[in-house]
Amino acid sequence: MIVEVKGVRKTYDSGVEALRDVDLSFPKGQLSTLLGPSGCGKTTLLKIIAGLIPKNGGEVLVNGKAVHGPGPERAFVFQDFALLPWADVLRNVGFGLELRGVERKERDEVARKYIAEVGLKGFEHRYPAQLSGGMRQRVGLARALTVDADIILMDEPFSSVDEQTRRKFQEDLLDLLRHHQKTVIFVTHSIEEAAYLSDQIALLSPRPGRVSKIVRPAVDRSKSPDEIRRDRGYLDTVDEIWGILRQYV
Amino acid sequence: MRGWQLASFALFFGLWELAGRWPVSAAFPPFSAAFLALVEMLRDGSLLKAYLITLQPLALGIVLCAVAGIGFGIGMGLSRSVEWLSLPIFIILQAAPMAAIIPLITYIYGIGLTSKVLAVIMLAAPVIVMNSYKGIRNTPPSLLQMCRSFQGTRRQEVMKIVLPHAAGLIFTGLRLGLAMGFIGIVIAELLITPTGIGDLITYNSSVADYPKMFAAIASIVALAAIALYLLERLERRWFP
Repeated sequence: MIVEVKGVRKTYDSGVEALRDVDLSFPKGQLSTLLGPSGCGKTTLLKIIAGLIPKNGGEVLVNGKAVHGPGPERAFVFQDFALLPWADVLRNVGFGLELRGVERKERDEVARKYIAEVGLKGFEHRYPAQLSGGMRQRVGLARALTVDADIILMDEPFSSVDEQTRRKFQEDLLDLLRHHQKTVIFVTHSIEEAAYLSDQIALLSPRPGRVSKIVRPAVDRSKSPDEIRRDRGYLDTVDEIWGILRQYV
Repeated sequence: MRGWQLASFALFFGLWELAGRWPVSAAFPPFSAAFLALVEMLRDGSLLKAYLITLQPLALGIVLCAVAGIGFGIGMGLSRSVEWLSLPIFIILQAAPMAAIIPLITYIYGIGLTSKVLAVIMLAAPVIVMNSYKGIRNTPPSLLQMCRSFQGTRRQEVMKIVLPHAAGLIFTGLRLGLAMGFIGIVIAELLITPTGIGDLITYNSSVADYPKMFAAIASIVALAAIALYLLERLERRWFP
């Protein structure tokens, strides 16, 4: 277990109880999804794991040690990309390294490597405003990869990307993360996305957010993307999740 | 576009010419007379001399505002206590009718350069300060979270995210501040003591040389418009 969440509670200042006693573990090298209807606190939980917002109780353990803020072993991919509009792709991708004080030459080199890996070679000197939503999210992902964190936290990374780009991006993402052996925690509200991508799916119930079930899709990942989408295990997982989530909507 | 702009100028000056020849009033000269008066004042050097005097407090005031005003705005944006202390002052300054306060300045600082610089500052500072302040405060929260998620320090957050993000709005504030400064300096030169361009306006008005008076008024309007236009061009180039 690389990340463990124990009894985490969160109540916002407005009095809204977002999370109540959430217990979860995220196995090393696997892709886990937090899935649930809007308002179930899944983004809140992800940001608590990232150390970006404070919790009211409970513990977040990374490699067995409690963490209380952001750390170098965790990198975050933002829903709205969080790119610097005044910086080109190269600087944006290298920004995590820039904040760590890595020399310009070295961080540009690392940035170029990951820009190529996410399929943006040739766009190094474009600005975010000149890129499509899908390309911006690739920049956000490349930035998270440059700092070489073991854990990648992704907050609905495909929500502002159109359907065609989304599928291609999901496939690329799977390849990339498997290749780098990252532990990924992923927030989504799309059942298909969760079933397609995940090794483990934590279903959250809304208000207050609690873990209602953990599903491990029995999907054969060695198959091609199109085969997976017609796979018995994949379709059963989608049905099973829908059966649980429909009572919340 | 350029043709249309020229046409609108031609139409405006044409109407002015017509209205002057009508005549609307004995004190309203046609455009051609004002234009000739402008050429004459340019030739005898009186216009240049007037502007050397007028632009001095304007430049001083704007430079002081740029340094202190931006500093204050940034301070207010970054620190809650500076905000608590100074925000009310600038909100009041922004709402106060300046023409009513200028006589007060002359009571305290007399009729010299200091009062005129102060008049420029009082008009220009609020918009410069408020724009810097808002630029700082409107930093997208996700950029700040991004910086924290990569363990950026507070100093890095300010230098690499907050200030670059605010730069565009700060520059806009400077441009609007200069526009207010032009208003301030003309009010000061008309209300405190007639010097510079204010002197040209009041003197020519008192001796009923209306073409010269209108030429002086039109010249300061044109100068302000050109200066602001150039700054806007610069702003578009630097902060697209």
